[in-house]
Amino acid sequence: MSYTYLLYLLVFLPGVLLVYAIVPQRFRGVVLLLASYAFLIQLSHKLSFFIVYTTISVFLIGLWLSAAQKRSEARIKAGADRKTEKKANTRRRRAILWLGILSQGGVLFFLKFYDSVAAHLNLWTASEVLPVKNLVLPLGISFYTLEAISYLVDVYYRKIEVERNIGRMALFLSFFPIIMEGPICRYGELARPLWEGKQLTYRNLTFGAQRLLWGLFKKWVIADRLSPLVSTLFNHPGGYQGGVMALAGILYTLQLYADFSGCIDMTIGTGEMFGLTLPENFRQPFFAKTPSEFWRRWHITLGAWFKDYIFYPLSLTSGIKKLGKSARKKLGKHYGQIAQTLIPLFAVWLCNGVWHGTGWTYLFYGMYYFVLIVTGELIEPLVASGTAKLGIDRSHWPWRILQTVKMLAIIFTGELFFRATSMPNGWQMFSSIFTGFGKGGITDGALLTLGITFQDYLLAGIALAVVLVVGVLHERGIHIRERVAAWPIVPRWCFYFAALFAVLIFGVYGFGHTPADLIYAGF
Amino acid sequence: MDELLEILEDIDPDNDYENDEHLIDDAHLDSLSLLQLVSELEDTFDIQVTPTELIPANFNSAKAIWAMVQRLQQEG
Repeated sequence: MSYTYLLYLLVFLPGVLLVYAIVPQRFRGVVLLLASYAFLIQLSHKLSFFIVYTTISVFLIGLWLSAAQKRSEARIKAGADRKTEKKANTRRRRAILWLGILSQGGVLFFLKFYDSVAAHLNLWTASEVLPVKNLVLPLGISFYTLEAISYLVDVYYRKIEVERNIGRMALFLSFFPIIMEGPICRYGELARPLWEGKQLTYRNLTFGAQRLLWGLFKKWVIADRLSPLVSTLFNHPGGYQGGVMALAGILYTLQLYADFSGCIDMTIGTGEMFGLTLPENFRQPFFAKTPSEFWRRWHITLGAWFKDYIFYPLSLTSGIKKLGKSARKKLGKHYGQIAQTLIPLFAVWLCNGVWHGTGWTYLFYGMYYFVLIVTGELIEPLVASGTAKLGIDRSHWPWRILQTVKMLAIIFTGELFFRATSMPNGWQMFSSIFTGFGKGGITDGALLTLGITFQDYLLAGIALAVVLVVGVLHERGIHIRERVAAWPIVPRWCFYFAALFAVLIFGVYGFGHTPADLIYAGF
Repeated sequence: MDELLEILEDIDPDNDYENDEHLIDDAHLDSLSLLQLVSELEDTFDIQVTPTELIPANFNSAKAIWAMVQRLQQEG
């Protein structure tokens, strides 16, 4: 049972809401914790042990960090030399922090990479150096590990108070709407409101249900409808002409967006029902004009995590700062600044790639954006002077449209490699766009034999047009739910029922149908 | 404060530091400029800016930056 199963939508979630509403406020956090563990255990079985390990170890290491700070303050009060003690304290606490980071990141790294390393090693040495164990990744570990590490770093920098209630910590890490695909939350923003057990309100319930329905629309009507077609195309990388391969990249990107952002809509909607404001993970990513902007609009919480816990800390190390200063002296302001960020940026995009998985395609995906972002910064002065000389206004719509089209090509290409079953297959698909481009497959009706029908194409196309219109409205700051809520009762409820029936009639779901897995839950 | 304004003008003279209160939110200062600013602040005012200080609230205006500098100087 996951978020798009009828059992979840019709029994589990309403059941949890009901019990949550009935019990006294002080027990609501416990209700959510029990529900979260029940949800986790039915999906993850024995592997749920890993989240228990993370909860207990992070809780204890947080207390250790706090105790070290208190002891140091006591020593200073008792007359120890302030400067020496501060230095020693920083050293001690940093060691504890690193122990915490390694205890969490190490488990994730081992589970993600052991089999891949073993398989490569055995292949290269032509013997069984390490046995391949076929390790299964526990549900949500890629997400809650990042949340656990951010908690420790925030406690280390004293940005948040240390947690002394293990129930609150356990709920934060396991909260059932976010466990599968995030968004990656911050302890200081979510843990207390979550455990506090806010009162259910009509507004939160209805607004949350609408957001959940919107997510279901994206998932059932678009993502799950396109899923068989995308799988067929990517499983036959040499089977079609370039036009179809280009279409494969585009369709997968749209499927992924509908799947992932749809799941996040459902998560944020569920949070809203419980009175919680969860962080947004998408903000009209296809309207981005540069790769950097794209990553401020796509999987926002992952980008923000890498920025706050890898990019900035690395950029502010004394070595990198010295490098930046000397580079600015030698290369000038612009190129010097870029030089300072090269190593931190490389680390961010390397981590982004490997966070998604062990395949070379993921590593390529990370490096692809690293190269694009750095190149964009390097050529920016040339582009600025070139457009100025040609009298091109970069704020006018022709230039902006050109930038958007360029960015779409970049996004589709990146996702084509990201989804490819291997690097050679990805390269074969990509190169066929240039070497074997032809409309064969698109115009001869072959696309209708690849797992979905003409009606599926039509419905997915209409649904995507709806998503586009909603995206344009959001981009213009128009909040649709608030607008609709202000309508008179008859048109308002007509709209709600129309939306509900659109999902029920046009969605791919139901008894006897196995829902397509949530794509990001696999990472 | 004058010293701070000088640093900011040197990093990007196109911004209106006296009045702009959304330097980060409106992307008038990007992450490259921000890192250069931090480096200059640390050298000029003898402070240590930790990664957790790098939030929009601390860098959205010259006033906010100055408040952070003074706080960090006090914390020593």
